[in-house]
Amino acid sequence: MGHISLKQVTKSFGATNVIPPLDLEINDGEFVVFVGPSGCGKSTLLRLIAGLEDVTSGTIAINGNDATMIPPAKRGLAMVFQSYALYPHMSVRKNIGFPLKMAGISKEEAEQKIASAAEVLNLTDYLDRRPGQLSGGQRQRVAIGRAIVREPDAFLFDEPLSNLDAALRVNMRLEISELHNSLKTTMIYVTHDQVEAMTMADKIVVLRAGYIEQVGSPLELYRSPANLFVAGFIGSPKMNFVEGKDAEAEGAHTIGVRPEHLTVSKTSGQWKGTVGVSEHLGSDTFLRVNVEGLEPLTVRADGEVELYHGDTVYLTPEPSKLYRFDADGKAI
Amino acid sequence: MATQHSRSAARLMLAPAVILLLGWMLVPLTMTLYFSFKKYLPLRGGDLGWVGFDNYIRFVTSSAFWPSVMTTLLIVGGVLVITVVLGVLLAILLDQPMWGQGVVRILVIAPFFVMPTVSALVWKNMFMDPVNGILAHLWKAFGATPIEWLSQASVPSLIMIVSWQWLPFATLILLTAIQSLDSSQLEAAEIDGAPPVKRFWYITLPHLSRAITIVILIQSIFLLAVFAEIFVTTGGAFGTRTLTYLIFQRVLESQNVGLGSAGGVYAIILANIIAIFLMRIVGKNLDA
Amino acid sequence: MARAVTTQRKTINTAIAWAIGLLIFFPILWTVLTSFKTEAQAISDPPVFLFFDWTLENYSIVQERSNYMRYLWNSVIIAGVSTIIGIIIAVPAAWSMAFVPSRRSKDILLWMLSTKMLPAVGVLYPIYLLFIKMGLLDSLVGLTIVVMLINLPIIVWMLYTYFKEIPVDILEAARMDGATLREEILYVLTPMAIPGIASTLLLNVILAWNEAFWTLNLTAAKAAPLTAFIASYSSPEGLFYAKLSAASTMAIAPILILGWFSQKQLVRGLTFGAVK
Repeated sequence: MGHISLKQVTKSFGATNVIPPLDLEINDGEFVVFVGPSGCGKSTLLRLIAGLEDVTSGTIAINGNDATMIPPAKRGLAMVFQSYALYPHMSVRKNIGFPLKMAGISKEEAEQKIASAAEVLNLTDYLDRRPGQLSGGQRQRVAIGRAIVREPDAFLFDEPLSNLDAALRVNMRLEISELHNSLKTTMIYVTHDQVEAMTMADKIVVLRAGYIEQVGSPLELYRSPANLFVAGFIGSPKMNFVEGKDAEAEGAHTIGVRPEHLTVSKTSGQWKGTVGVSEHLGSDTFLRVNVEGLEPLTVRADGEVELYHGDTVYLTPEPSKLYRFDADGKAI
Repeated sequence: MATQHSRSAARLMLAPAVILLLGWMLVPLTMTLYFSFKKYLPLRGGDLGWVGFDNYIRFVTSSAFWPSVMTTLLIVGGVLVITVVLGVLLAILLDQPMWGQGVVRILVIAPFFVMPTVSALVWKNMFMDPVNGILAHLWKAFGATPIEWLSQASVPSLIMIVSWQWLPFATLILLTAIQSLDSSQLEAAEIDGAPPVKRFWYITLPHLSRAITIVILIQSIFLLAVFAEIFVTTGGAFGTRTLTYLIFQRVLESQNVGLGSAGGVYAIILANIIAIFLMRIVGKNLDA
Repeated sequence: MARAVTTQRKTINTAIAWAIGLLIFFPILWTVLTSFKTEAQAISDPPVFLFFDWTLENYSIVQERSNYMRYLWNSVIIAGVSTIIGIIIAVPAAWSMAFVPSRRSKDILLWMLSTKMLPAVGVLYPIYLLFIKMGLLDSLVGLTIVVMLINLPIIVWMLYTYFKEIPVDILEAARMDGATLREEILYVLTPMAIPGIASTLLLNVILAWNEAFWTLNLTAAKAAPLTAFIASYSSPEGLFYAKLSAASTMAIAPILILGWFSQKQLVRGLTFGAVK
């Protein structure tokens, strides 16, 4: 069981309003990702759910029961922190066992739970080490282990991968996804990295300045972003935006074209430009094309494209993949 | 991390310390203020009524006041100059590569841990005694007449004793500050062709300026309150009566509490002026 | 700066530094040496440095004459108890300010420090009077309370700066893991802050041990600690250098040793964290 529902939740620190009235439903077993730029309130939202901060107004219900005034420990949630927040003076075994000790669970039972969590997370050989003697990835796993043993109704992850190097991040991403597949417990995951959001989430919540900009599955957000912000935030490289007469021709204030939806030609097309920077990745080629009268456009072309700095190219957007936005940034 | 619950717990846990210190500050302070407006002679009639600002006026117009201010300034100023200048030099020296750095550090720091009554007595008897003191022997060895330190040169002698006690403090703090100087700055200056003296003047010294300010402020507060050293060496004689000592004499020796309390209020005001500057620096540091 | 330094340069540095270090340390060294001399040797002209008949008799004389052990005991009690009570009061206060900061915490912290700046002489009489009224004059209880109060701001401050270095996340993790406030402080914060608490303890024992103003003014015979014991040697009395030295050595030895352990923390404690 892990159904969480937020009704008209607000949070302000003094005069600053961090979360305006916000409603959100998180269903049992869902992997929900809160994504947004730094300062968008996503971490605050997570901490409100955890109970580490009080809501200013509104209610938070967990499994149908009002949890608004319940202290964090009693909400049945477990949290994995960005810094891992391991207890440096305790061994891995004691770290993982700490919540069990606090809950007054018997030694034998705790031992058993610790052992099985360690098994799942490949930590069995490290149980007697201190966190200081572990690598970043191992520490991350200990933090997850500490969350697992509590058998919580939901896991809360606060940017758990941002302290890891790129290669490890991809690995841990997979491990967390696998963990979700096997535990089937609700997980709420906060990140500023849209790639993490796209790859892991069942449901993405895009936040900006405390407001929910859009909620949906990764592909829904990719295919039909509700506004300019979501369109620009989801997808990598970023969507190109064009204003002016090209947009007016489509009956919009702004039009958006994803880099992968631009066709490159050396001879003819809608926009003529010169290649600024070309990045040849082998699988893809990213071109930054300067077009007169427009912001530079990013193009994702085929890996074998032979275009270099200074070459003249013609770009044409795929008409069916064109996004149109009105003057307020709303999708039309 | 701030929920209603944790905030009220925090307030509860802060209360004992705040209440105790508030009491420790307010009760005596109020009493001192109260006495300062009274003619109060515990051994000669007790409370003889309100006298307005009489005590304040009498305190500053008494013949002992200005000399005591001068003595205070001389001692505080002298010790500050000596400890800061020598402290900077010593800190730079101790920062250099050498053998047995740890031991030298310990030797230099040691005087700070000597209790004030001990250091004053050791200096008074075994060093500054005109007959048997080491300094007397030293003077004689060079054919000079030994100085009667604590009577002929009482203030310089006190400055010397107190400087000896506080030099370790200045050195230690300045050394810590020097060690926090990013060596790449000095290396950059060296590559830019700055000779050692200029590197010291334009890079090391500005870097130390904050630490020097702190040393000056903290020492000032402690030096204004120097007591035991005078108490056991001269007992305030030979022109070594500082403001602190004068107040002490008024209150406990001549039992003129009203007058002494007025002096105490002056001392509090003086200390607060210095404390404000110190608090500014510390406060800025808190934000960082 | 990992750079090769010429041996010659290093030798010169070493020589100068050691010379100055020994010069500064000399009064202490001389005191310790003199304590092992006879009174006659202590004032011999020229002074003898190392080649004298070493004796321990001064120590036994000092002990017999003034009951050194009682003063030592008083010092230990005052320094030890005042520091421990101070820490017990300060840990929760420092926790509050470090982990639940409000707009006022900074002001409270600075205000606490400012009480440390209050010149003792300004409040001497009221305290003296209160002590008489409450029968605390020349009592260990009274002195311990006063010394605790004058050091409390430094204790709170030092603990605060140490606690500040502990990531809030870890305490929050404990809270998520089901720890109560008491368990959080006992099982997570305190073990993590042990080095800081130890340094605070050490520095404040030293400060309390050497506190001279109040110990001289509020005690007579019964509760007098070592500061007062030494002050009783301030009037010359025939040949007494060796005895004075023995008494001094006994008074400073314990604290010198503690001090050497705490030199790093000293900076933080005495500059209120402004220099690290």
